Amino acid sequence: MTGYILTFEPVLQRWPLLLEGLTLTLFLTAIGVVMGTGLGLMLALARRAAAWPLRWLSRAYVEIFRNTPLLVQLFVVFLGLPSLGIRLSPVAAAALTLVLNNAAYTCEIIRAGLAATPVGQIEAARSLALRPWQTLAFVVLPPALARIYPALVSQNVLLMLSTGITSAIGTQELTAAASDINSDTFRSIEAFALAAAFYLALNYLQRLLLWALGRPLFRSTNWA
Amino acid sequence: MRSFGPNEMVYIILALRWTVLLATCALAGGVVFGALLTATGLARHAVARSGVTIFVQFVQGTPLLILLLLAYFGLSAIGLELGALLSSALALTLYAGAYFSTIWRGAIRAVGSGQWEGATALGLNRWLSFRLVIFPQALRMALAPTCGFTVQLIKNTSLAALVGFVELTRAGQIVSNATFQPLLAFGVVAAAYFVMCLPFTLLSEWLEHRHAHP
Repeated sequence: MTGYILTFEPVLQRWPLLLEGLTLTLFLTAIGVVMGTGLGLMLALARRAAAWPLRWLSRAYVEIFRNTPLLVQLFVVFLGLPSLGIRLSPVAAAALTLVLNNAAYTCEIIRAGLAATPVGQIEAARSLALRPWQTLAFVVLPPALARIYPALVSQNVLLMLSTGITSAIGTQELTAAASDINSDTFRSIEAFALAAAFYLALNYLQRLLLWALGRPLFRSTNWA
Repeated sequence: MRSFGPNEMVYIILALRWTVLLATCALAGGVVFGALLTATGLARHAVARSGVTIFVQFVQGTPLLILLLLAYFGLSAIGLELGALLSSALALTLYAGAYFSTIWRGAIRAVGSGQWEGATALGLNRWLSFRLVIFPQALRMALAPTCGFTVQLIKNTSLAALVGFVELTRAGQIVSNATFQPLLAFGVVAAAYFVMCLPFTLLSEWLEHRHAHP
C-alpha cells in the first residue's frame, strides 16, 4: 500500500480519447434532458387526461421504468429488441433508453407540480372563456414548472451522471474512455479520478446552464 | 446452444440472493455512515461541517459507476484487493451515506430552531433535546424520502455486474449469452427487480401522502 506515486502523464497523453468521450457524454445528456423532459411532460398530461386508459398507461409506464435498473433497461433495448426486429447502434440504444428513463422521473416531478395548482385558478381561467389548452399553456403550466424547476434540474443532473452506465453496451463516452485508458496504462486511480473531476465539473456547469435557461419562468412572477 | 428452460429460470432466481445480500450490506453500511455524516454535518465544529459538505458534494457529483471503478480498480492499484462484492458494497455504502445524510440533515433542519430553543428552555441538554424533541419530528419527514432512496439503492446494486459480481443482472447476462434469448432473460431480471422495488416505492408514496394529509 505504501509508496504509490500518482502519475497523470500516461493518462493525460490520451487526451483525444477523453475529449471524444466527453463529447458523446454531452450529446447523450442533451438528448436525454430535452427529449426526456418533453416526453415526461406529455406523460404528466396523460395522467390528467379524461380517458382512463391514458391515465393508466402513463402510471404503468412510470412504475415500470422507475422500479427497474437503467442497466437492465439498456440491455433490453440493445440486446433484446433485435429479436423483435429493432436493431439499434449502441449510441442510438443508449440515447433511446436515457430518454425513456428520464421521462418516467420527470413525469412524476411535473405531475406533482401540476397537482399543486389551486382549483380556483382553473375555474377563473374557465370563467374568462379560455379554452382548455389556453388554460394549460398560460395559467396552469408556467407556475407549475416554476414550482418544480429545482427538482427538474436535479433529476436532469442525475441523468447526466448516469450516462456512464451506457458504456456497458459499448458507447465510447467518458466512462468508457477512462476504462480504456485504465486497461492501457494500469493507471486506475488517475484515469477514474480524472473522469470523476470531469463529471464534477459537468455537474456544476449543467446546473448553471439549466438555471440560466429557466430564468424566464421566474421573471416578473411571484408564482414559485 | 441451450434453450431458456426451468434451469435458467432457477439460475436467475438464485442469483437474486446476491442482489439482496449486496443491497442489505449497502443499506446497513449506508445507514450507519449516513448517521455519522449527519451528526458531523450538524456539529458545532466548522471544519468538520465543511469536510462533510465537500465529501457529500463529491459523491453526489460523481457517477456511482466511477466510485465503483475507483473502489474496484483504484484500491487494487494501491495493493488493496477487495474483490467485486466488497468493493461494490464499499462504493454503495459511500453513495448511500452521502444521500441519506442529505435527506436526514434536511429533515432535522426543517424541524426549526424554535423546537431546539423550547427544549433547551425546558432544561434538556443537546442530546436529550435531539432524542426527545427533534428526532421524532424529523423522523416523520425523513421516512418517505429514505424509503424512496432505498429503491435507488436496490436498483444500483446492478452496477456490481459491471465489475463481474454475479448478482441478478450479471446472471441475466450469462443466461442471455448461453441461450441467445436476451429479451426473455432480461425480461425475467427486470421483473425480479420490479417485484423487489415496487413495495418500497408504494410505501414511500403512502408515507408521503400520510405526511401531507395527517
